[in-house]
Amino acid sequence: MAEPASGSAAPTATAPPPGAPEPARLSPERVEQRLRERFSEVPIERQMGEAVRDHTVYVPAEHLVEVCTFLRDDHELDFAMLSWVGGIDYLPRQPRFEVVYHLLSLRRNCRFVLKVRVPEEAPRVPTLIGVWPTANWHERETYDFYGITFEGHPDMTRILLPEAWVGWPLRKDSPLGYQEVSFTHNTPTRTVPAPDLTRLKPKKVRYRAH
Amino acid sequence: MTLNMGPQHPSTHGVLRVVLELDGETVVRAKPIIGYLHTGMEKQAEYKTYTQSIPQTDRMDYLAPLSNNLALCLAAEKLLGIEAPPRAQVVRVLLTELTRISAHCVWLGTHALDIGAMTVFFYCFREREKVLSIYDMVCGARMTASYFRVGGLASDIPEGLLERCRTFVDEMPAHVDEYETLLSKNPIWLARTQGVAPLSARDAVALGVTGPILRGSGVRWDLRKTQPYCGYDGYDFEVPVGANGDAYDRYMVRVNEMRQSTRIADQAIRRLQEMGPGDYRLRDYKYVLPSKEEVKTSMEALIHHFKIVAHGFFPPVGEAYATVEAPKGELGFYFVSDGTPRPWRMKVRAPSFVNLQSLATMVEGRLVADVITAIGSLDIVLGEIDR
Repeated sequence: MAEPASGSAAPTATAPPPGAPEPARLSPERVEQRLRERFSEVPIERQMGEAVRDHTVYVPAEHLVEVCTFLRDDHELDFAMLSWVGGIDYLPRQPRFEVVYHLLSLRRNCRFVLKVRVPEEAPRVPTLIGVWPTANWHERETYDFYGITFEGHPDMTRILLPEAWVGWPLRKDSPLGYQEVSFTHNTPTRTVPAPDLTRLKPKKVRYRAH
Repeated sequence: MTLNMGPQHPSTHGVLRVVLELDGETVVRAKPIIGYLHTGMEKQAEYKTYTQSIPQTDRMDYLAPLSNNLALCLAAEKLLGIEAPPRAQVVRVLLTELTRISAHCVWLGTHALDIGAMTVFFYCFREREKVLSIYDMVCGARMTASYFRVGGLASDIPEGLLERCRTFVDEMPAHVDEYETLLSKNPIWLARTQGVAPLSARDAVALGVTGPILRGSGVRWDLRKTQPYCGYDGYDFEVPVGANGDAYDRYMVRVNEMRQSTRIADQAIRRLQEMGPGDYRLRDYKYVLPSKEEVKTSMEALIHHFKIVAHGFFPPVGEAYATVEAPKGELGFYFVSDGTPRPWRMKVRAPSFVNLQSLATMVEGRLVADVITAIGSLDIVLGEIDR
């Protein structure tokens, strides 16, 4: 790994001292309120929707690192752990991509979700390795699947797919395909599959709610 | 010197490759290289209904298939805003705790085998076999069991299951004692694990490590206690924690977890016996299949059966993330729904994927022989890392 955990990042200690009273559970509403107080000039937007089950907040990409550093270092919030990072492709909506950050405060027992909108023309987000070293592999995975570059990442390479892979497999314009396997041991010549077979076109189904 | 370890190395527990830069016998840098088992499960899930993805999850952490089932079902249930009936929840607790015991048995056996203690392996696999035959009883599969469904279970538990679980749970503490007799005070085991592959609490949290490794580093964090699901807050159990964060502490945490799981399973069996028969699946037929008997007698049930099998259920537009405390750590599923029966996006937060990142911190500056102990004590499953 490029950066040892004990180096630059300094999350606050998590294990409470023995005998200390357990702090009350933090509510995500309170986290949002604290964010709005601290970053009054930053447009922070709550994600609304019919079934958005976790409290989710949109943050502009240019303020992501300072918002995350605040969430980690603030004594009341204490988001010491970044649970995971992932991408979503909303083709054909614009801006097309979103990067999701699930944060976890162990001491206050609270989860909080940050999202960053990423345009298709410039899929770039600043890296969070300096805040939480665990972001390293998560960001590489998101890069691998969606082609979203994390600026400042020391090792922005593919992680799960082979280095030579072309394309971004989890983008919606990259269809689920397959390759015909040719068994050659009992046929004299290798059969080459028809070109239209090499790409499986998903059946378009129009759904109607009942 | 640069040494390539794996991907076909027996102690990498699958197809993990580690590039080690050595100075004599000391590791200077360790870089895990993964992806050899990548099968694109997250992509495939976008082309399947939620229910069709359940058997797919068994292949992720193939040592704990039912924990994966549970995480997916909980995420889908959270998205739909439904909750499984009490009987199903108790069965889920019972079976996932047995899963934890069997997953820890495989870990202990292989970890000890890596370090050179061979006997434990046979003892552990003997107990794991009993859990596998319980899987076989409930759903017909031994390895890739998929028994949980969104809204409950695939079918009611078969007759005689509770008696069989009871026998297993009664025997298990004595077997854990056996493992401990072989290892806990064994001088070779102590020399190979104590002070080896240490991870401080601070590093563990910064690296996002969860599960027994985080607890071995002294952080009391167990989702069953802190963010309970499936009624775990109603069970009496303790969360074992280590102090030094070395391989020995992780061993102690997992061994004690096996005892605690036995306790939980014992309470779950009692609860099921007290409850008597009841619904094993929600009766909300917009989302859950009606029972076969009903399909044969009621027209509405038949229509619902047909709709759910042909189309799947229609969740609301939105997103949900649900977690379980899997044997390896925090296992979570994240669904983004666009209102159609297929998820727009499924993301798996695989505990092994995150935990493996801490390997470099554990082994750098230490001996190359300790890399084996570190990988063993991480308890990784490559199926889950690569997905």
